[in-house]
Amino acid sequence: MLQGINLACVRGDRELFKDINFSLEAGCLLQVRGPNGSGKTSLLRMLCGLSNPAAGEILWRGTSIRSLNGDYFSAVTYIGHLSGTKDDLTVIENLRISSALAGSEISISQASDALKHMGLRGREALPVKVLSQGQRRRVALARLLVCTTTLWILDEPLVALDVMAVKLIQKLLEQHLQRGGVIVMTTHQEIEVTATSIMQLHLA
Amino acid sequence: MFMWIIKRDLLLAMRRQSDVLTTLFFFIIVVSLFPLSVGPEMNMLRTMAPGVVWVAALLASMLSLGRMFSNDYVDGTLEQMLLSPQSLSLLVLGKAFAHWLVTGVPLVLMAPVLGIQYDLPTDALLVLTAALLLGTPVLSLIGAIGAALTLGLRGGGVLVSLLVLPLYIPVLIFGAGAVEANMAGVAFDAHLSLIGAFLLVSIVFAPWAAASSLRVSLE
Repeated sequence: MLQGINLACVRGDRELFKDINFSLEAGCLLQVRGPNGSGKTSLLRMLCGLSNPAAGEILWRGTSIRSLNGDYFSAVTYIGHLSGTKDDLTVIENLRISSALAGSEISISQASDALKHMGLRGREALPVKVLSQGQRRRVALARLLVCTTTLWILDEPLVALDVMAVKLIQKLLEQHLQRGGVIVMTTHQEIEVTATSIMQLHLA
Repeated sequence: MFMWIIKRDLLLAMRRQSDVLTTLFFFIIVVSLFPLSVGPEMNMLRTMAPGVVWVAALLASMLSLGRMFSNDYVDGTLEQMLLSPQSLSLLVLGKAFAHWLVTGVPLVLMAPVLGIQYDLPTDALLVLTAALLLGTPVLSLIGAIGAALTLGLRGGGVLVSLLVLPLYIPVLIFGAGAVEANMAGVAFDAHLSLIGAFLLVSIVFAPWAAASSLRVSLE
């Protein structure tokens, strides 16, 4: 479904990587690994369509993502380094607004169910600025529970999470793969996800 | 979607009222400084009133432009908006509209009160308000382009004024011109029509230009 062909990334006059090739089918997880500064985030941003590759092409179901635009965005959920939550809005407002802007409106009860599942029960009406780093991360990741997208692109999703939350996310990833979803993620931790196909991509 | 972005930005403005009030008080103080410094010479005050009010409105809307995208850029919500399946131009239009509601409308409402300090006659006050009502959305829309272009740059605040103020000049000329024409007893509707035309053109082109600049700024 998702295919990268001879991808290259240049930052300034330094080439971060080149000739990256991969092909992911439904139910595949691609783990991108590499030392700091090797271009993991740059690769993920390319795959979302936020930046263009210096060379090569990214195909989604056989069509270049540059020509798909909106159709591609409706199939992708990206959770990056930045949490994508507003400090001044409450937890539930954040989740409902970010879902609506991502193209799938959710009701208040759907949102509070998702937050309950993420272990944020009783904190729905708190502004995000009073939450801890790990709780903010949970708010951001709650979007995974309410989105209807096929491709998840996750940049270090497990950072700042406690053991329980890491287990929860791993289960979520597993379920998504079983439904035929595709995941591209970076993480320095070992992930324990049972799936038909887990691929690793090492950036030098 | 369009409603959601407006609702979101208005909610944020309500939670951070200081940002909104700074703009409004800046406008009030700048407009009030002139009668105090020039002295109570009615004729002179009346002639300079339209220009002073418009320049103050321009500067006040400049003041708040930096916040239009930069807060969303810092916390990653702008990134998410770029990945929205809906058109980014529509989103930018929503943001500019919310910006106008929060910073433009209070200026329009305050202007007639401030005009009294300049001894403007009632019908001139009405024309001033009408011109501001048509002109301030243009300021937000053109400002959105400048804010998007300077996103993430150091010293973006100064740069945005250099980029945007020249583009505000036509609105300034016809906005102040409408009031002057009214006081001189000639027809002012041509001035207002021209500002209306600026508004229509900027509704069509500014969101598109700002959306393209956002894509470049975030790459």
